[in-house]
Formats: sequence, structure tokens, C-alpha cells
Amino acid sequence: MSLLQVKNLQVSYGGIQAVKGIDFSIGKGELVTLIGANGAGKTTTLRTLVGMVKRSGGSIEFDGKETAGIPSHAFVRHGLAMVPEGRGIFGKLTVEENLLMGAYVRDDKAQILVEMERIYQLFPRLKERQRQLAGTLSGGEQQMVAMGRAMLSKPKLLLLDEPSMGLAPIIVQKIFEIIQMVAAEGVTMLLVEQNARLALEVSQRGYVMESGRITMEGEAKTLLDDERVRNAYLGD
Amino acid sequence: MSMTLDTNKKIGIFLVCAIILAVLPFAVGSVLGNAWVRIIDFALLYVMLALGLNIVVGFAGLLDLGFIAFYAVGAYAYALLSSPHFSIHLPFYITIPLGALFAAFFGVLLGTPVLRLKGDYLAIVTLGFGEIIRIFMNNLNAPVNITNGPQGINLIDPIKVGGVSLGSTIEFAGLSFRSVYLYYYLFLVLTVGVVIMASRLQHSRIGRAWVALREDDIAAAAMGINIRNIKLLAFGLGALSGGVAGGLFSSFQGFVSPESFGLLESIMILAMIVLGGMGHIPGVILGAVMLTIVPEVLRSVIGPLQMNTLGRMVIDPENARMLLFGLALVVMMLVRPEGMWPSKRRKAEFRHAKENAAQKG
Repeated sequence: MSLLQVKNLQVSYGGIQAVKGIDFSIGKGELVTLIGANGAGKTTTLRTLVGMVKRSGGSIEFDGKETAGIPSHAFVRHGLAMVPEGRGIFGKLTVEENLLMGAYVRDDKAQILVEMERIYQLFPRLKERQRQLAGTLSGGEQQMVAMGRAMLSKPKLLLLDEPSMGLAPIIVQKIFEIIQMVAAEGVTMLLVEQNARLALEVSQRGYVMESGRITMEGEAKTLLDDERVRNAYLGD
Repeated sequence: MSMTLDTNKKIGIFLVCAIILAVLPFAVGSVLGNAWVRIIDFALLYVMLALGLNIVVGFAGLLDLGFIAFYAVGAYAYALLSSPHFSIHLPFYITIPLGALFAAFFGVLLGTPVLRLKGDYLAIVTLGFGEIIRIFMNNLNAPVNITNGPQGINLIDPIKVGGVSLGSTIEFAGLSFRSVYLYYYLFLVLTVGVVIMASRLQHSRIGRAWVALREDDIAAAAMGINIRNIKLLAFGLGALSGGVAGGLFSSFQGFVSPESFGLLESIMILAMIVLGGMGHIPGVILGAVMLTIVPEVLRSVIGPLQMNTLGRMVIDPENARMLLFGLALVVMMLVRPEGMWPSKRRKAEFRHAKENAAQKG
């Protein structure tokens, strides 16, 4: 049984339909990517998953339960965490305080501290900078904070919205390494990306989205070799 | 080793502060006269108000220009329940908490419709709210006389603790405690209470949630923070301290009228926070004390100074006071925009902003 099951999802902004009935699913432990051009509806889809955007039709089942009616701030409690576009770091909180924000909905203090040590082991750079304001970190380090913070909410599914956006290529490379490290920890992830090549390289399966529809899906390797994907998204 | 030294030092500082605060009214009273003890009492009231507003503006980042309304609600709640106006004379341990709760209720009432507003829009609506409360107080004397309108409510009961009225002079241990002294100690205890509440809040999970909200509300919601509740909590808790201060003001003054709760008062309290160091409790206390005491010093200096040097009044002392005050604000914003005593976090923010501007320029 899959962890997330989306059927015929539709979303409209005003009169314009941004998502026109899509189906996809994510199994436990998988890293799945959703690629597509700017404006294809990827971010909208992601935001709909956590209730930040209202859907106009279709069903979303997370962990066997329909998510309609859950307010957006309550999704974390249900195990659905998101790293928003632009990372959403709190620049005026320290690294440590940022990580604690990830555990905002939890009250098992002792366990939180244990897991925080684990995050510091994973990202030793953050340990060095734990008392520094997060706004003073580099882009790559901020992504580490964002990922670490999301992991501290103990998500069953982690949604990543365009983690590479607006960053220099060398940092993008670093960020995908971080994503792979987190995946190796056994966290299930849905990765939304414009950088199709890197996204497909780290993922197990992929979906291609075009103007509100899913036009292709399959094993990430297969998609990487697919003629149409290569032409449209990989620039070959 | 260094830990114990540190704690010893802290205990030392604490004891010195405690002794200074304990003898302050006697020292000030004997050197400068009892009028100055009264001014110190007011300084404590303003510290409570400023700390309350600091929860809303400094911690949660919600610009509130109508904060004085909660002070008014607390003050009127006390006045109506402890005066000959309705012939109700409830004891203070009922009226002050009741007034505080009432103010908190109004805080949430104001908070609810402005949840979606930010920045300037929020400031304008809160400003309007402050004025609405004042105008209500001014006009609720007809058709049914509730607030006694512009005449205000007089002969409000002083606070009585265990049968002893704080409005009278008490002889104790060879010392004579006047009413202003007694109120000083009461205000001091409650101010310490508000300081403890504010600092506990700041370093709690809720305090961090407020910083997060101030910075990025979408990311804050993604962390599982219920934006609506956390904003209402800031409004409610801020109003609560405002309400306590209002009740104390009422009993201390013995008289309330709508005139005491104008827009200028709201702005004054905001200025205390901004000048002192927004979000930083010691800074806010400093700002409140400075802005209560300095104008009084000016009041007693400007008039005689002009008479002595120029032989006549050139500028009305009241106008000169506002002029100097305005000038001080402008200079302060140019030289030290982060306030007199900012928190480390805020200092870093300003430094960061400056560096960014320099890079772009």
C-alpha cells in the first residue's frame, strides 16, 4: 500500500485550472520526483498536498486517510512536512533555534535532543554554527538547516519544493548530496524540481508534469533515457 | 569554578538591585520630594505597559498603535467596580484580575478581525480601535450613564490590602510610609511579575514561534504553528498587562477620564519600546523609565532656565518639551536605530541590513 495516493487532483485559481486531474502515488521509503517546466503546476500540487491551496476536486489519501479538512498547520502533526520554496529559513533565529522550530509540534524533549545530535552528526557544519543566526549562513548550509529542521518533525513524508532554485551550480550539487544523505536515513521524499537531470539521478521514480497534467511517469532511469524527456528537459 | 563565580556575581547584582529598589522611594522622597516618588510610580506603570506592548510589537512583530485602549479598559473596569459611581466597592483582588481579563478579551476581539493584516494596514486599524474605545468612554453617559462621559469617574477606591488602605499614610518600624510609597511597593511587585512573565514567554517555544511568525508566516505554518492562535495569544497577553496597569492607575489616581487615553499615549508607549530596544526586556524597561522621567526633568528645568537667562518665557515649556522630545527621537533614529539597549539578535539584524545595503550600494 502506498503512503500517499493522489487521484484525479484538480486545482483552480479563479477561473484558471492549474492542475487538471492528476494521479500519482508514493510508497514508503521511496524518493520520487516531480519534474516539469516553470508554470506546469508542480508547486501548486505540492501546496495542495499540505492544505495551503484548496483543491477543487479529486482525492488525496495520506497514510490511508483522506486529508480534506485538515488545516495547513496541522499537517506536520500528521507526518507531512514541507521544505518550502526558498527554504523558509528563519534568518533571525540561530541554527539551533531553527532546528527546534522543526520540533515545534512535539513535546518529547529528551528524544528531540537525541535526534538533534543525529542531525549534527549528519551535518557537522551545523554543529559548528549552532549559535549563529541562520541568516548569516551560506545557501548550502541553509539548505542543511531546512532539511534538518524538517527531519526533526519526524515526517512520514517530506516534500521538497525546488531546493535548487536560485542557487549557484556548485551549491546545487551540494544540495543534491544532502538530499541523498537524508534519503539514506530512510525518509520518504517527494522532490519537485526544475533541474530534471539531477532530480532524476537521485530519485527512484519520476513524474513529468506539463501544463497541469502528468504526461509521463516511470523509473527514474527509464525517464533519463527517454527521447522526449531528453529533448524537453535535459537539453540533449 | 567559573560557573559558581558567575552565579555569585549574578546573586550579587540581584541583591544590589533589590536593595536599591527597596530604598529608592525614601532616597528620592527625601532628596527631591514626594512629587518625584509619584513620578517613579508612574514610571513603573509605564514599564508594565511598555512590556505588554512589547509582547505584541517586539516579540510578535504586530504593529499596534492603539495599545492604550487596553489600559483604558483595565482602568475603567476598576473604576466602575470600585467607586461610588455605581455604588459598587469590590476588593482589588477581584477588580484587577477582572479588568485584566476584560482587557485580554478586548485584545482578542481586536486581534480577530486584523489577523490577515500586516504592517501599515494593521497599524491603521489598531489606531482606529484605540480611538473607538476612547470615544466610547467619552459618550457612554447617555442614554444610560455607564462611564459618566467626559467628566470621568471620581472618588475611586484606593487599593486596600488586609484592611489597610494604600491611600493613607502608615507608620511602620519608625518610618512613615506615605500613599505614594505604598503604591510604589505594590507597583514594583507587579512590575517584577510582568517582567518574569515576559522573559519566560520570550525564551519559550511560544517566543520562538513569534520570531518565526515575524519573519516568514508561510514557513512558520509549515512548522505546524497555528498562526491565528499564536497571533491572538500575543494580542491577549499584551492586553492583559495593559489591563493590570490600567486598574492600578485607576486606584492610584482616584480618577479616570477619557482624556488620559488619547492617541499620544499609545505613541508614547511605542516610542518607549523603539527607543529602548524593541523586543529586549531590559531595553524596554530603560526606555519606559527614561521617557517617563526625562520629560518631567525638562518640565522642571525649561521654565526656570528661560526666566533666569532671558528674563521671560520665549517658548512655552510644554511646547519646548515636545520639541526636544521630537528632536531626540529623530537623532536617535539616525544614530542608533536599534535603540538604546538592543538585544544581541536585533543588533545583528541591523548590522546585517547595513552590510547588505552597503553591498548593494
